[in-house]
Amino acid sequence: MADEVPFEFLHMELVDHIHNTSTKEENDTCIAKLESLGYRVGLSLIERFTKDCSRFKDELDMMKFICKDFWNLVYKKQIDNLRTNHQGVYVLQDNKFRFLTQLSNGKQYMEAAPKYLAFPCGLIRGELCSPGINCIVTAEVSAMPACKFQIQIQRL
Amino acid sequence: MSNMAVCVAVIAKENYPLFIKTTPTDNELQFYYTVHTSLDVVEEKISSVGKNANDLRELYLGLLYPTEDYKVYGYVTNTKVKFVVVVESSNTSLRDNEIRTMFKRLHGAYVDMLSNPFYNPGENIVSRKFENVVMGMMKQD
Repeated sequence: MADEVPFEFLHMELVDHIHNTSTKEENDTCIAKLESLGYRVGLSLIERFTKDCSRFKDELDMMKFICKDFWNLVYKKQIDNLRTNHQGVYVLQDNKFRFLTQLSNGKQYMEAAPKYLAFPCGLIRGELCSPGINCIVTAEVSAMPACKFQIQIQRL
Repeated sequence: MSNMAVCVAVIAKENYPLFIKTTPTDNELQFYYTVHTSLDVVEEKISSVGKNANDLRELYLGLLYPTEDYKVYGYVTNTKVKFVVVVESSNTSLRDNEIRTMFKRLHGAYVDMLSNPFYNPGENIVSRKFENVVMGMMKQD
């Protein structure tokens, strides 16, 4: 499939560019910038992908849609594990996350991993905020290329 | 063919209007009021879907309510953006299917417009392309 590779490369270049063009003091804002980029893209993507679906019954329905259909459409595979405590916290585990497969197969380059996860976190946040589920998304990596996304729903 | 609407409105998920277009008439405010009151009916329909899980969970809501001169139809996307279309009651030749296709086209145009990087979600819709799609389905005098 030729269309996933340009996206991967584009994303890598994007991360590099944002970090190279910022000064030493602005290092923290890079992650925030990447996250908000992902957020805007997530908003548009979710609108397009849910155009022909039937309406979602509840939050869990929406999470399942993200794990299966959405992950498939963007990363060409499904989430390997979804866990929840039924109180607003969901953990998505992907054992072979697309953006990390090229980086390493274990613990090497671990410090660089968060940079590449900022955009996907924003993507998930954008997808959930659009239907009205406000949340905070964080990611953690213990051993590449597996990673976990933790989603915390904010209830008003 | 399906150019018989007298008013088309797009309403954001926070229930404020992103876009309203009506055929030029003296009491446009009447249309704005009709669209506003239809929002209550839309909310009612959305909240009742959860109770009857056997219902077809469609995005198209159908006829919201008929007034003496007009019929109001609604459609909600999965991102809680609502489309409302008002047609004249005297227009009996307009079938349900045609209204559905009208909404499908509106939804498609909305999605395309959202992908435009110059549009910030939540702002008023000023895209001419979107407006042309809407003009194509409004009644021409």
